[in-house]
Amino acid sequence: MDALTAHLSELGHGLVTTVELTVVTTVGAMLLGIIVATLRIAPVPLLRAIGTAYVEVLQNLPLLALLVLFVFALPTIGISFPLFTSAAIVIAAYEGAYLAEAIRAGINTVGVGQAEAARAIGLTFGQSLRHVILPQGLRAVIQPIGNICIALLMNTSLAAAVGVVELTQAANNVNLLEAQPIAVFTGAGLAYMLLALIIGQVTGLLERRLAIVR
Amino acid sequence: MNQTRQILFDEPGPRARRRIRIATVLGALVLVGAIVAAVHQFASHGELAAERWQPFTTWPIWRYLLTGLWATVRAAAATAVLSSALGLLLALGRLSVHRPLRWAAGAYVEIFRTVPALLLIYVTLFALPQYGLNFPLFWKLVVPLVVSNSAAFAEIFRAGILALDRGQTEAGLAVGLRRGQVMALVVLPQALLQLAPSLVSQLVGLLKDTSLGFVVSYTELLYSGQVLSSYTHLLIQTFLVVALIYLVVNASLSKFARVLQARNGRLTGRRGRRTRDLPPPLIEGNTIR
Repeated sequence: MDALTAHLSELGHGLVTTVELTVVTTVGAMLLGIIVATLRIAPVPLLRAIGTAYVEVLQNLPLLALLVLFVFALPTIGISFPLFTSAAIVIAAYEGAYLAEAIRAGINTVGVGQAEAARAIGLTFGQSLRHVILPQGLRAVIQPIGNICIALLMNTSLAAAVGVVELTQAANNVNLLEAQPIAVFTGAGLAYMLLALIIGQVTGLLERRLAIVR
Repeated sequence: MNQTRQILFDEPGPRARRRIRIATVLGALVLVGAIVAAVHQFASHGELAAERWQPFTTWPIWRYLLTGLWATVRAAAATAVLSSALGLLLALGRLSVHRPLRWAAGAYVEIFRTVPALLLIYVTLFALPQYGLNFPLFWKLVVPLVVSNSAAFAEIFRAGILALDRGQTEAGLAVGLRRGQVMALVVLPQALLQLAPSLVSQLVGLLKDTSLGFVVSYTELLYSGQVLSSYTHLLIQTFLVVALIYLVVNASLSKFARVLQARNGRLTGRRGRRTRDLPPPLIEGNTIR
């Protein structure tokens, strides 16, 4: 227990970094997910192909390989960002592919009549998407989106492998100093569980507030 | 895909066709612009030079990378076998009629579904050796992955078993089978068939997880790339080739999952529905990838 209290500031910093990374990435991934899902259902074949290719590539590469490629290899062709930014970009791009698929699944649940009605009153593709399809489609997949956010939270730990000192790395550093693995790693594990629980609670709340009961 | 396409737009008329052509041209321009920018970045830093790519046409380099791929496959296979077996036991535990068993399995799944695999890897790397548990390198990667993936497998199996129509269980019990027999002879064979696509997609996630060997210094594909690039200093080339190998392997597995999914759809169509809706298998659910 001493190890935890003595290094509260390091662990606290790690926790804050994890939370920041999770929040920034969730927002980015959500925007990206909506854009890619829109591409995948667009009337233009080329845009659909781009959306599909994006999802296929990003879902089939390991996140760690993407992080290593972005953080260690891209600087050799002159593209480099601060470490935190790099990690946020890569994780957002990766989770964006999963969110895009979830959102597309949501769009598929919207009744055909809704889209037909939207077109019948003269809305364009963009308008019917924005005012009719997405508001209903997103509500149908709140739970899956919440699950992806929890997966995203756990995936932020991979940023540790390329040098971001977030919760997992902070716990490891403290353990290397104090050699009290049980207290330190259990503490970190509990913190992750707590964060996941919060995401789960928020998802549940949104689901109750927003979901359309059919 | 076809279905979505019909939802959002009609058969295009002359004006819509013109807009589609304009959007196609714009999209193509953006795409070409991105490619030109990328090539320019590569060229201006001398990374396009032939001698920086030529090594990847030689057999020794490929033999090294394919050895790495083989190590990845072995780790993934060991993890898949162990964690699906453990996951099945956990799922049966969660659905058991005995309360303590249900509780213990539930606690395990809830805990390890929300703890990152990397944290578990750090535990096996830095914590367990202090208590005299020093696994060989291979198991330092596989054990933590089994612990976290078994929780994911347990949830897949549980969802599949619960999705099967209750009448199947009731009919089994009615003809005098014991609970264990009903599970083994009636429920599991049908549930597993339905779950095959989800299980294959989980395999993709698991194969991606083995890239954590990078942290353990187990020479699977990603760490092989790291070792190779530190000898050759061909950083971006090596990691692009490594990414390509992952892409080919995983995309084939994902494709296989979709084929299984389509086949299941046809089977249930022909025989009538016996299951309730399963969650779509290709969406990242409760598991880390």
